Amino acid sequence: MGFINEARTLVKENIRDYGMYIALFVIMLTFSIMTDGLFMSSRNISNLLDSTGYIAVLAVGMTLVIVIRHIDLSVGFAAGFLGAIAAILLTKMGLPVYVTIPVILVLGIFIGLFNGLLIAKYAIPSFVATLAGMLIFRGALLQVTEKTGTIIIKDDAFNAIGNGFIPSLMIVNGLHLLSLILGLLSILFYIYSEISTRRNKIKYQFDVVSKGIFTFKLVFVSAIIAYVTWILAGYNGFSWTVVIMLLVVVAYHFLTTKTVLGRHIYAVGSNPEAAHLSGINVNKITYMVFGSMGMLAALSGILFTSRLQSATTTAGTLFELDAIAAAYVGGVSSAGGVGKVTGAIIGAIVMASLSSGMNLLGVGVSMQYMIRGGVLVAAVLFDVITRKKRG
Amino acid sequence: MSGYILEMNEISKSFTGVKALSNVNFKVRKGEIHCLIGENGAGKSTLMKVLSGVYPYGTYEGDIVFEGSVQQFNKISDSVQTGIVIIYQELALFPDLTVYENIFVGNEVKRGNLVDWNKTIAEAKKMLKRVGLDVSPETLVKDLSVGKQQLVEIAKALSKDVKLLILDEPTAALNEDDSENLLKLLGELKKQGITSIMISHKLKEVISIADQATVLRDGKTICTLDGSSGEISENMIIKNMVGRDIEDIYPKRPHKKIGETILELNNWSAYSTELARHVLRDIDFHVKKGEIVGIAGLMGSGRTELALSVFGNPKNYKLEGQLKVLGVEKTFKHTSDAIKSGIAYVTEDRKGDGLFLIQDIKNNITAANLNAVADKGIINENEEVKRATEYKRSMYIKASSLEQTVGNLSGGNQQKVSLGKWLFVGPKLLILDEPTRGIDVGAKFEIYTIMNQLISEGMSIIMISSELGEVLGMSDRVYVMAEGRMKGELPIEEANQENIMQLATQ
Repeated sequence: MGFINEARTLVKENIRDYGMYIALFVIMLTFSIMTDGLFMSSRNISNLLDSTGYIAVLAVGMTLVIVIRHIDLSVGFAAGFLGAIAAILLTKMGLPVYVTIPVILVLGIFIGLFNGLLIAKYAIPSFVATLAGMLIFRGALLQVTEKTGTIIIKDDAFNAIGNGFIPSLMIVNGLHLLSLILGLLSILFYIYSEISTRRNKIKYQFDVVSKGIFTFKLVFVSAIIAYVTWILAGYNGFSWTVVIMLLVVVAYHFLTTKTVLGRHIYAVGSNPEAAHLSGINVNKITYMVFGSMGMLAALSGILFTSRLQSATTTAGTLFELDAIAAAYVGGVSSAGGVGKVTGAIIGAIVMASLSSGMNLLGVGVSMQYMIRGGVLVAAVLFDVITRKKRG
Repeated sequence: MSGYILEMNEISKSFTGVKALSNVNFKVRKGEIHCLIGENGAGKSTLMKVLSGVYPYGTYEGDIVFEGSVQQFNKISDSVQTGIVIIYQELALFPDLTVYENIFVGNEVKRGNLVDWNKTIAEAKKMLKRVGLDVSPETLVKDLSVGKQQLVEIAKALSKDVKLLILDEPTAALNEDDSENLLKLLGELKKQGITSIMISHKLKEVISIADQATVLRDGKTICTLDGSSGEISENMIIKNMVGRDIEDIYPKRPHKKIGETILELNNWSAYSTELARHVLRDIDFHVKKGEIVGIAGLMGSGRTELALSVFGNPKNYKLEGQLKVLGVEKTFKHTSDAIKSGIAYVTEDRKGDGLFLIQDIKNNITAANLNAVADKGIINENEEVKRATEYKRSMYIKASSLEQTVGNLSGGNQQKVSLGKWLFVGPKLLILDEPTRGIDVGAKFEIYTIMNQLISEGMSIIMISSELGEVLGMSDRVYVMAEGRMKGELPIEEANQENIMQLATQ
């Protein structure tokens, strides 16, 4: 009795956070049933996550940009352009991968900082500044690929980023051992950190959820991690893309929820004037957020180029809009100060699941666009309504 | 004084289980000025929202009888059509439109389907004359002072053939002159047969203008006082508002211990490139440890500009002169530098640039000094909650939990959060800009008590205030500003309303 009531109030209070997960679950379940389980097959889930990677990392950066009440339209072609530069460095200049990647990431940071400079220092609206950036990088991408057309990359190490999997050590019963170990470690880490947080709270005599709910949550989340691990281990295990994506999420989640910098970002987003009067350097935060966005655009460019094993003249087209859509599905608000990094990833996976599922069902591209548009509106509508209800 | 123009009978209204109004009776006689008084959260705004149709018929219990017939308003335009117009504290004007466009917005003068601009301007002139506002109807509203904007709002109400005019704290943002003008205008309108309801926290105004005054407390009608029989007095109102006698609104400090000079300004001037003029000129000013220094003056006299120029200069004025903290000359490049030197500034506009309204109490309290609860940039959330809880208690913040969103708190509690946020920084000098604007008597008393406690702990306070009573009641020393200059400095023993106003209007 108490257990169910407590669970019910928890869901009610956190409907906005849980809504996304529930939506993802419903989408996955529906497609699984409609495709006789093909959707949840190891191979499909693995492909789905790999094809989400380059949008998901953009969505993480975009969420923070939108949280501080800005937008970045330049990231798509910036990713395309930086991907092409990576290809040129690898093929024409013959630089090794371990030099190319840091160089590209640093270039990305500079591009982001330049956007930040225009926006923070010269007060150019971010929409305009980054729209200009979008045009410039589109031109720059065409320029560097003009003579050669598509640049094919033959570097195996680089191509592995978008196509390869972590080594398995050995295969046990057809399952990828290292992935299983990683999955197990994440479950243990998750349980450990939850228990230590709870202990700490009890030490400070704060309210905690009852033991029943707590155990249920531990088992539930662990089961999901275990299930995903099991699915992926049944194919080729964790891909490098998934590993990179997870690292980005964990790092940004930590940054936004646990650090002073993260709190300052949300403060600037919820009231820039008040933030300034609280001694927060609003310009510095703007530089940092756009710098991080630039770095993630570079990472997105690397992931995409590596996945195609080549740099093309149209790479990066509409990435920025996919990333913005993912961020909004993930619960970010354009009014500023609201939005989570984990939401952005879920948003990206929701959008990718829709594409993947509809592809499996043979739904035409025209319908796919319309359905994805509908889901975007529905997600934001849900957000607006639940926010109003909670006042 | 024939009969009632408005009778609100047994009005009750609940929000998700909480009773905001219970069986409120409120009767307004035709042609009178009726003041509605009560602490924040007493139900005044809710009652007016019921009356104006913001809360449609059916969502409340009880009857609204206007001019003898029961009204069922479903939306605001219904009440406007009947002749009831509300003017809110936050004015609903379009700053980039002209005065005449603002007066007739939503109520356009038409010829066929098109707007007749010539007739609009002619009508607007008539309305402006009625409210005694001598500006061209083609002026942009943003170029008018707040006081004049208020008159435009009233002109707008008159253009709708208003019978009952409701003003929600109309003088809260006005200086004394403009307030007086406005009150005079209400008297004029009364002669023209317009009934007014005025919500106000300023008891003097109520006493001077009200024919009747109704006091609400905790969602109930406490009493209706009659002006003609002399029932409306400060004591009576306060007693009924708070349900107890407040011996003295300004609590006394036991003893003064004045120490060394904390802040000193010499020949301090500030030039605003945005406004293309000096906002401050040749200011000499100092504050000592353990004293409350009041800065009086009219709106626009440069008091807030002075505070901002000291507090890290967020408006990027060009500064000249000398600023010393504890005898050492300083130049602050950013608000964070001022904070590091022990200065804190509680803004006059807590909603606009003071608080993070969508965030919870905890995040607001720790926002200006997160490093105090963080280790190497990583926040210790448990420690944060613990510290924030202490402030919630010591600031008397009334809220169900630390996780409550600040935007949902009452004005007084928001102000306490704002104050708590700055005390969490542990400043040596606290600058309070209009610390009690728009908050009720009870919360005011609590804030004064906190101020006295801080002083006894050795802090210094600069209090900028437009309420002379507050300046005289709380300060150890009073400065008076006008037109960006320091017009005078008065020890509290010599200061009184007359000499302060004389300096302020020099």
